[in-house]
Amino acid sequence: MISKKVVLRFPEEIAGKPLVSDICKKFDLTFNIMRANIFPRKEGILTLEISGEKASFTSGIQYLKDNGVSINFVEESINRDENKCYHCGFCVAVCPTEALTIINRKTMKVDLFKDRCIACGYCVRVCPAKAMSLPEEF
Amino acid sequence: MVSFAIKMTRRHKLSVFKVNKTIEEINDKIKRGEAVVVNAEEMIDIVRKEGAIEAAKKVDVVTTGTFGTMCSSGALLNFGHTAPKIKAAKVWLNDVEAYGSLAAVDLYIGASAVKKGDPLNAVHPGRFEYGGGHVIEDLIAKKPVKLSAEGYGTDCYPAKRIEMEIFIDDLKEATLLNPRNAYQNYSVATNSTDKTIYTYMGVLKPGFANATYSSAGQLSPLLNDPFYLTTGIGTRIFLGGGVGYVIWHGTQHNPNEERNERGVPKTGAGALAVVGDMKQMSPDFIKGASILGYGVSLSVGVGIPIPVLNEEIAFFTSVSDEEINAYIFDYGHDYPLKIDNNYGLTNYKELKSGFITINGKKVPTAPLSSYSGAVKIAETLKQWILDRKFFLTKPSALLPQSKDYEPLKYLKKYEKNL
Ligand code: SF4
Ligand code: SF4
Repeated sequence: MISKKVVLRFPEEIAGKPLVSDICKKFDLTFNIMRANIFPRKEGILTLEISGEKASFTSGIQYLKDNGVSINFVEESINRDENKCYHCGFCVAVCPTEALTIINRKTMKVDLFKDRCIACGYCVRVCPAKAMSLPEEF
Repeated sequence: MVSFAIKMTRRHKLSVFKVNKTIEEINDKIKRGEAVVVNAEEMIDIVRKEGAIEAAKKVDVVTTGTFGTMCSSGALLNFGHTAPKIKAAKVWLNDVEAYGSLAAVDLYIGASAVKKGDPLNAVHPGRFEYGGGHVIEDLIAKKPVKLSAEGYGTDCYPAKRIEMEIFIDDLKEATLLNPRNAYQNYSVATNSTDKTIYTYMGVLKPGFANATYSSAGQLSPLLNDPFYLTTGIGTRIFLGGGVGYVIWHGTQHNPNEERNERGVPKTGAGALAVVGDMKQMSPDFIKGASILGYGVSLSVGVGIPIPVLNEEIAFFTSVSDEEINAYIFDYGHDYPLKIDNNYGLTNYKELKSGFITINGKKVPTAPLSSYSGAVKIAETLKQWILDRKFFLTKPSALLPQSKDYEPLKYLKKYEKNL
């Protein structure tokens, strides 16, 4: 059983196809929608957590790719430049998933749990020191 | 006889304190490597365990620190004469406008100036990618900065336009000159409206969904010297990684704000104007800040040593997070309209726990001022003193004082509660 957060990008031509429900039926995967956006030029962006058996997960992802969906794995995407971060806390106020949070209430250092991140990009815009980054695709 | 009598009373000055030390004595101890220096967090337990009198006997210096965005900061630079000379009336550093109408080649760049052509809040919330705060950080990081200037041409200063690269080490003077830093305390911000707002207190979500605060609490300089007894004009301090000085009270300094039973103000209150040599500073403690939807600012690291001259100062420096209160204000509605209203009083222990209560509802909090940075500053300052590189100063004049201060008033109240 694996479970990964992915950002799917649907170009206009395929935005209407039921690809996500296809992968559930065909590959026995389950998903949880974390964020959905449709942009003016009709391109769609969907952030999902997809879970299932490893083999079916791989084939499901392949199926989406074959149908023209571009896929980015969230977990490896968010990055914090440790030289720039000075642990102010501005990002803690906006992170919706507590991927950025403060565990140690004595040192008050800001922790980053990459596995909780859904690549929403709020911290990237909010960080006054520009320490947070996501690859351009996001 | 008369003068003898005066001398006698001075020496045996009817001190109200049981412990009486002088700055000179403490500096001698520093010189001999015997001074006991602790940070303001460590002082809490010492006073709780041993009492204020024993603590005052034992500890000589308490170091404090704070590291947060501090608007009302800027740099005073002199870039030296060019050939031919220019009387620079308009100046830009990396396309950020500075103020040039000081002399020929002096300029002042404010931390909150934005870069030429910045879209500001045209697409709200604006990003404010680069501005005065970043120029100051770049200079301190020893990066080249593009200087462009325009003059109208005079007989003695004929050039009308120059463009050159400057490096901090080539400048005759590079002085950080901040009219208001190290606010004594600060408000807690929240948002009552139904829209997300983008403020200098960070992003505040609708319907009181979060709250932010901006103080180092128990480590913050003026919260450990609530009546400005040892911090005054001329006090030598840690500023941005180098040595600096307090030169005046900060703009908006208000010593008469409401205080709690320990004498600690419940809101902004005091502030400091500070100065320091940028060539000594480090980008670890001075950072340009882009505040979403608000503008550019500068994060400044300030640390102040407090000489423990008597038991009252020992008591004041032992203040802990739960003994420092802060009012909660609505930045969505009341604050912008200057409506005098608050949503209750909290304290830094609650704020740092991650939740406060507003209207009976649990609201998550986030800091905006780096507490770990404040610890690093207090520890660095401690090390400087232990290494005999940093000595304490007696202020040449005091800051505007509070009418609430009377010697021992608060310590006595506190002892009664023990
Ligand atoms: S806002 Fe930026 S600098 Fe501040 S704690 Fe978050 S990542 Fe670090
Ligand atoms: S992008 Fe930043 S704010 Fe969004 S979930 Fe990830 S860490 Fe949190």
